[in-house]
Amino acid sequence: MIRAVIVINDQGKPRLVKFYDYQPVEKQQEIIRNVYGVLCSRAENVSNFVQDSTFGPDTRLVYKTFATLFFIVIFDDSENELAILDLMQVFVETLDKCFGNVCELDIVFNFNKVHTILDEIILGGQVVEMSSSEVVKALDDITRLQKNPNSIVRVPKSISGWQGR
Amino acid sequence: MLLLTLLLRSVGFYFFTSSIQNPESNNSYTAKLEQLKTIGRELAMGSQGGFGQSKEFLDLVKSIGEARSKSEEDRIVLHEIETLKRRINEPDIPKRKMKEYIIRLVYIEMLGHDASFGYIHAVKMTHDDSLLLKRTGYLAVTLFLNEDHDLIILIVNTIQKDLKSDNFLVVCAALNACCKLINEETIPAVIQQVVELLGHQKEAVRKKAVMALHSFHQRSPSSVNHLISNFRKKLSDNDPGVMGATLCPLYDLIAIDVNPYKDLVASFVNILKQVAERRLPKSYDYHQTPAPFIQIKLLKIMALLGSGDKKSSEQMYTVIGDIMRKSDTASNIGNAILFECVCCISSIQPSPKLLETAADAIAKFLKSDSHNLKYMGIDALGRLIRINPDIAEQHQLAVIDCLEDPDDTLKRKTFELLYKMTKSSNVEVIVDRMIDYMISINDSHYKTETASRCVELAEQFAPSNHWFIQTMNKVFQHAGDLVNPKVAHNLMRLIAEGFGEDDDAADSQLRSSAVESYLKIVDDPKLPSAFLQVICWVLGEYGTADGKYSASYISGKLCDVAEAHSSDDIIRAYAVTALMKVYCFEKSAGRKTSLLPECQLLLEELSASHSSDLQQRAYEFRAILDLDANAVENIMPLDASCEDIEIDKSLSFLDNYVHKSLEQGAEPYIPENERSGTLNISNIINRNPYEHPAHSLRFEAYEVPKLVVPTKLSPAVTYPTELVPVPEPSYQPTVSSGPVSDAGSGSGSTELRLRLDGVQKKWGKPAYSSAASSSTSNIDSQRTTVNGATQPDNVTSKSREPRQPHVEVSEEKQKLAASLFGGRTARPERKQSGSAAGHSKVSRTTNHGEDKAQPTTVTTAVQPPPPDLLDLGESSGAASSYSSTVDPFKQLEGLLDLSQDGHAVTTTTGPDLMSLYSGASTNGQNQNQNLNPLLNEKDNMNGAPNPSNRTASLTKGPSLKDALDKDALVRQMGVNPTSQNPNLFSDLLG
Repeated sequence: MIRAVIVINDQGKPRLVKFYDYQPVEKQQEIIRNVYGVLCSRAENVSNFVQDSTFGPDTRLVYKTFATLFFIVIFDDSENELAILDLMQVFVETLDKCFGNVCELDIVFNFNKVHTILDEIILGGQVVEMSSSEVVKALDDITRLQKNPNSIVRVPKSISGWQGR
Repeated sequence: MLLLTLLLRSVGFYFFTSSIQNPESNNSYTAKLEQLKTIGRELAMGSQGGFGQSKEFLDLVKSIGEARSKSEEDRIVLHEIETLKRRINEPDIPKRKMKEYIIRLVYIEMLGHDASFGYIHAVKMTHDDSLLLKRTGYLAVTLFLNEDHDLIILIVNTIQKDLKSDNFLVVCAALNACCKLINEETIPAVIQQVVELLGHQKEAVRKKAVMALHSFHQRSPSSVNHLISNFRKKLSDNDPGVMGATLCPLYDLIAIDVNPYKDLVASFVNILKQVAERRLPKSYDYHQTPAPFIQIKLLKIMALLGSGDKKSSEQMYTVIGDIMRKSDTASNIGNAILFECVCCISSIQPSPKLLETAADAIAKFLKSDSHNLKYMGIDALGRLIRINPDIAEQHQLAVIDCLEDPDDTLKRKTFELLYKMTKSSNVEVIVDRMIDYMISINDSHYKTETASRCVELAEQFAPSNHWFIQTMNKVFQHAGDLVNPKVAHNLMRLIAEGFGEDDDAADSQLRSSAVESYLKIVDDPKLPSAFLQVICWVLGEYGTADGKYSASYISGKLCDVAEAHSSDDIIRAYAVTALMKVYCFEKSAGRKTSLLPECQLLLEELSASHSSDLQQRAYEFRAILDLDANAVENIMPLDASCEDIEIDKSLSFLDNYVHKSLEQGAEPYIPENERSGTLNISNIINRNPYEHPAHSLRFEAYEVPKLVVPTKLSPAVTYPTELVPVPEPSYQPTVSSGPVSDAGSGSGSTELRLRLDGVQKKWGKPAYSSAASSSTSNIDSQRTTVNGATQPDNVTSKSREPRQPHVEVSEEKQKLAASLFGGRTARPERKQSGSAAGHSKVSRTTNHGEDKAQPTTVTTAVQPPPPDLLDLGESSGAASSYSSTVDPFKQLEGLLDLSQDGHAVTTTTGPDLMSLYSGASTNGQNQNQNLNPLLNEKDNMNGAPNPSNRTASLTKGPSLKDALDKDALVRQMGVNPTSQNPNLFSDLLG
């Protein structure tokens, strides 16, 4: 089972935090700090795996760096490290498809959407979808329904509006 | 973060000129303007999905991004909390405003601050009709609340309603929430609906319903047990996604108990076959691999089902063989499946053919350049050597490379492997390595584990007493505080009992070498307490036994210990008792005894010690001083630590005395539980005061003003204290304070006693550790049989040997390899005499092994150029074509001055970069052309030297030349080298 998905930037600031077992806020912060500490001490060019004792003796941590962000998944021995590595790839690919050239800012400002994407891929700590196009399709369904006039009025065109473009 | 900060700064500069004035933005105004266009585009894209946020939120993120310290960040967030607290409770907030507040709350909590004041609003939002708001509400509550939170009860109703919705997206949202929020108590409220949804027409809903049911099963198996058949049914769902989801609960169920699912073996095999033969729709492929997660789950399930079951295993052989043959070893996911196959093969009933395939796969993993694959290879090797211990031999050099790898994860995994393959022939090398590693690490958790493994291996395989004692000394010296105290006791026991053979000479030799080595290190001031206790005990018991050291010498050392550790009462107690023993042994042996002056001083000091234990020991010692040799010998018999002390529990020696007293008219003894006349005070105290009838009178008298309270008492008190005051918070405090004051004068002491009660119970239990040394013997005999049973494979490994020579290895490594894998001598059965048959077999294998190891060493050592040189040449040749896995701009930051911001700016950096990188990746022989090459680069896969690896190595260290080269190249490409390029991901994801 996957225990947590964490995205932090290279300064250790959390960008997306999702625990599949409930963790109190303080505990979450402690875990993030520890994970960040571990990742900082990792040399470059080494494996993407860390044995991790956050959630008991058998949990492992897989991380992958995308530009300024660390994507981290913590899981137990019912998952396969290499497969999880590809799962992260799927997640980022999906983000990229949804945001178009995704960058850290997209994740900061749209983290509810990012959560939605993540929920389509991992549910209750289990991987349920591995195809980014399927996730995008599900997301489109949701977006279309939300654009439907009976739902709320959208926030005005946000930044691009201010930009005058 | 820097990127973000800079971006936001520039945004801030442009839009909120008055708010921010920082020096950088003044310097490069034009560049910033250009930059802003990019940012604008970027952000516009970001808000495509209608998730756009307001300026306020932007400001918040911006100011947090700019915070220079944690305290500044905290201040900003606290201010934000204040604002939100005020705003969120205003009447008539527009819904979309509220939604944003909720999102800001989530953000605050992500940063580690308490947002509980707004939970209730998130709960309210789940009631909303609009899907967007509802989803936001659900998202927030799943992140905020745990399943036992009091607010859950308010959500259950909504979930029930939403599960019935005819909009499948609403149903999905509710099912998502179910997975996280429904606890044991609330399961009955929704379970019926969830089960009905298993038959929903939308596959997305069915899939989520399966997962919801699974999460219910995880929380409370008993409340879902009658519905487990549904999982079996869903295995034959038309939609492969739903079937795949069903595998998750089935895996858990099978892990608990295999037997009820044996009948499914054929189905699983069949499904796996269909998946592997690509009968699933194309949409389930991931990079040309059909449904990888389904395959992996199935292989895991089959590993469980086939374990120790020949019949089931045989059904699986064909399909596993097929998958391994077809697997795509060029891709990450292909290797993941391959690895899973190896795991499965090592778990099910062994098939020689598959074992061979598995060995080949492992060889491929270990030979790969990718650390990830090496890691998997080591892991797989560790699984396979359980079946075939000889397989490790082919890979000895690869294993040693991993042991010396800078990657800590890989190192640890390798130590795990070594631990599994330790035998008496290589125990010295392995344990020495482990101890060196143990000394080098700081992680206390892992240090502890390594230390206890060292101890275990040393106890099990120690080739000599001397080595054993030395090893234990090292472990204790470097990790003594982390070692389980039991280990220290085991050590004492081991020294006292010897290794269980009836060989007194060996035992006394062990003791002598222990005494000798302890005398050498006892002056080290940093020894951990547990180890000093062992030392004192051993010196007391055996210090003078072999006559090598005089009693006065030993006593002097013991006095020194007591003096040096004057703050540790336990060590002093051990030391005094040891002194007493030394004295007694001397006396009973009829030698002239006199106390050393420092010993005398110590005794005087301890007689006045604040510790009653030390005092007592000192007084006992003094009392013994006056006794004659005969009595002393009875009190402290020589080397009797292993004799059982017989305890006369019935106190029969008192019978005479009791008789006499009774005859003289004394009252007979009444056992405690029969003494009814006296009120048993301890009983009253131990019981819960709320329930006790003895208190009821007083209770009522004080309780008159609020009669309702007593009935509600017990449930109310069990509430957690951080309860959010929802409907009836007003009388909460009175309830909890009620009973305390009601208990009247005794209340204070009652509370105190209650706490003491628990402690006492703990102490009351006998806490003697059971004999742990006996457990190790099982493993010992097990290994012997495994080792002996695998003769045939020797032949294969022998034939493979000649392939290795083109790996050149330093002499040191060769030696290490030979000592680790080469001489496989039979394990001397130190502790157990059993399994003599297995023993003789093993010793035959041994000779083989040694013969074999020798030639390899010779051939490989001759080979010229060392591998490092080769590697270097290769990498420098290809270094000019690099791809940027690491943002090149970032590394330039230090070198670039701000004037460079003025250079011509090209905003269309994306495509240029991309074409370069895809070119680079083909140069680098990256074979996965069918995949997106850019995405691929990051998984530095097997074999082919990967360009991204090299770049990364280039970026290490502040090499000016490299940085300048890079700068030049970047300029050639027409890219503006600033650190503020927001198109970062285009480097990574085309």
